[in-house]
Amino acid sequence: MGHFKATHEMDVMIEETGFDDHFHDHHHGDKYQSSFIGHYIFSMDHKIIARQFLFTGIFWAIIGAAMSIVFRLQLGFPEESLAWLKPVLGKWIVVNSEGIGTLAPEFYYALVTMHGTIIVFFVLTAGLSGTFSNLLIPLQLGARDMASPFLNMLSYWFFFLASVVMFYSLFLSTGPFSGGWTAYPPLSALPQASSGSGAGMTLWLVSLTLFVVSVLLGGINYVTTVLNLRTKGMTMWRMPLTIWAFFVTAILGILSFPVLASGFFMLMCDRGLGTSFFLSEIFIEGQALDYIGGSPILYQHLFWFLGHPEVYIIILPAMGLTSEVLSVHARKPIFGYKAMVYSILAIGFLSFIVWAHHMFMSGVNPFISNFFVVFTLIIAVPSAVKVFNWITTLYGGNIRLNSAMLFAIGFVSMFISGGLTGIFLGNSAIDIQMHDTYFVVAHFHIVMGIAAFFGMFAGIYHWYPKMFGRFMNETIGKLHFWGTMIGAYAIFWPMHYIGMAGVPRRYYSFETFDAFAHFDDMNKFITISAIVVFAIQIMFVINFVSSIWKGKKMTTRNPWGATTLEWTTPIETGHGNWDGKIPVVHRWAYDYGKDGKDFIDQVTPMAEGEVPGDH
Amino acid sequence: MSTVSLNSNNRSRVHPQKFALWLSMGSILMMFAAFTSAYLIKQSSGTWVEFVLPQIFYINTGVIVCSSIALHISCRAFISGKELIYKSGLVVALILGIAFLVFQYQGWNALFEMGIDLKGNASGAFLYLISFVHAAHIIGGIAALVLAILHAFTLKYKVTDKRKNRFEMTLHYWHFVDLLWVYLFVFLLFSK
Repeated sequence: MGHFKATHEMDVMIEETGFDDHFHDHHHGDKYQSSFIGHYIFSMDHKIIARQFLFTGIFWAIIGAAMSIVFRLQLGFPEESLAWLKPVLGKWIVVNSEGIGTLAPEFYYALVTMHGTIIVFFVLTAGLSGTFSNLLIPLQLGARDMASPFLNMLSYWFFFLASVVMFYSLFLSTGPFSGGWTAYPPLSALPQASSGSGAGMTLWLVSLTLFVVSVLLGGINYVTTVLNLRTKGMTMWRMPLTIWAFFVTAILGILSFPVLASGFFMLMCDRGLGTSFFLSEIFIEGQALDYIGGSPILYQHLFWFLGHPEVYIIILPAMGLTSEVLSVHARKPIFGYKAMVYSILAIGFLSFIVWAHHMFMSGVNPFISNFFVVFTLIIAVPSAVKVFNWITTLYGGNIRLNSAMLFAIGFVSMFISGGLTGIFLGNSAIDIQMHDTYFVVAHFHIVMGIAAFFGMFAGIYHWYPKMFGRFMNETIGKLHFWGTMIGAYAIFWPMHYIGMAGVPRRYYSFETFDAFAHFDDMNKFITISAIVVFAIQIMFVINFVSSIWKGKKMTTRNPWGATTLEWTTPIETGHGNWDGKIPVVHRWAYDYGKDGKDFIDQVTPMAEGEVPGDH
Repeated sequence: MSTVSLNSNNRSRVHPQKFALWLSMGSILMMFAAFTSAYLIKQSSGTWVEFVLPQIFYINTGVIVCSSIALHISCRAFISGKELIYKSGLVVALILGIAFLVFQYQGWNALFEMGIDLKGNASGAFLYLISFVHAAHIIGGIAALVLAILHAFTLKYKVTDKRKNRFEMTLHYWHFVDLLWVYLFVFLLFSK
């Protein structure tokens, strides 16, 4: 020790009560951060890796959202000329002799497919849990870094490679994969099935296999860190709900992504080696192919065994972030902490036994469907427990309506709206009418798309000072919230009506369907709303980037008055997080408004005769 | 330097790296569970060609089990200071590991000669795929064994916590891929 002199009152407290792990004993220059490349590029510091995930996620979010605007233009304004997009999309805009440009149908499908793949995997999995698990797990647990900083670095770079491969596939002359983000065979298994099924699908498979590696490396690290590297006093039941959420998310990833990988390997064999796992007797252009007896349903089982836990991999981190932000900015302990933890565990468990509800119309035996209906509906119970606890946390709180808090409340709203339509879709009988319609699109966009984005925004506004030492602009932040909140409902609310009327999703054009003609105006309305919401997100990105240099500076360590450990580190948090000793934890993470104090951080020892907040 | 102090507040007696290895074994296990469940589902859905497993697979199961036992003895010897047994056990384990790969290859050849190939019925393709992906994990284990042998013959013999942990991780992984094959073999044998 010796070199470090504590001056800040928090440092003094940590030096008094903390625990000396001799981290800084031999630290003559940090070998991890000695050069620019070591510091910012191939960094092993979890805080830098978190920002790398976030920046890459934002990059993909812009691309994925821009794609949705292009196909929404086609749906809302099929007659308008898209010739102005030709400089960007090139040959995918076909301009006729009168100068009217139309979107090529095969590229419409490619856009829909890529929009789904990018947002689900690259933005809401890597960008969300990658960012916040990396940032918060070591900081909130009182660890110097992840269990293996090296594997952590690899996790990001595998994601980066996956991103490069996927990005490259967008520029193929045959286009990226266009068979839907679920990549069902035969469109994904037969290279000749469509223009995107050739090279586009090959790159899609390579990219997502790299992505699986990234998720596994990350997840194994997160779980190991949570179980092994918590500081003294940080029992499992004192962990903030963010950590519980990331922990269960990582377990879901470790158990479900390998199953997807096995499906991918079989798909690769079908594509390259002529096996018949997923392909049965097929005629293409009058020619019989020599596949026999394969089953595309088998792929669906393997895919959805990942696919369903995947939606919880997306939503659980958002729930964790929301719980933390709601509690801090309502100045109240989270209501029903243990119930929240048990709900996370219950949701995690149930997510593994409901996958066939994505396949009700694939010819699954109705008796088997019954089993999946029941368990799907049971998920409503832990979800409702969480929603009631969030609302009760707000009740009687001393609420600060800043951007982070608004987005956290918005998350609860979106989760309720989207969750209720889930109860419709979870019934196999109602699914006969609803499946593959815009009702499904509306449901999952609200419940796991918009809601997860809201959780992510809440997290970004709340932990931005921790990441960059500055605050984001609050006025733009509030505009961002209200615009997105109203805009998102304007986009997806009408889709429920269209869907109930039976309008199918993924169609390029409804010109030949007279029955759907009267939805033209509604489609226009949805498209305009989507454009407005997209513009508002660009405003957010500008705010995000410019605040890194121009935002209001953070002058105190703990601007929100939060109890958790990440706010006990210096404003300029170096490698190893704490300059001296590691803080020791004496209480749970939610001592707000206790014994006449606004908050008591986890580092403060219990006073004589004090009753623990989590009794 | 840093990794030692990084983990000095470890809560359990298990080294975090070892714990991470166990988690990744769980992950690998899930992949093979997916393969074997897909196998069962496909099998029960009709069109399925039955065939007898070539004898070489039986012999090979013995080979990989012996390799595991050799490595286990080697690890015990390392800890208790019997340097000769430690080194020779490692070499025996490696040779048997490589032999396993060679025999697997011969097993695939024998299958091919029986007329079971990748095209056509999925029952053959499943066997090739499952045993191939398993072999890929054996190659990972062989890489770890080669590293362990390098350490054994270049470093001065000394039992340190770090080396003990490293050796145990190699051992656990090698036992894992061994038991994984035993499971797969028994599965393929009895799921007919």
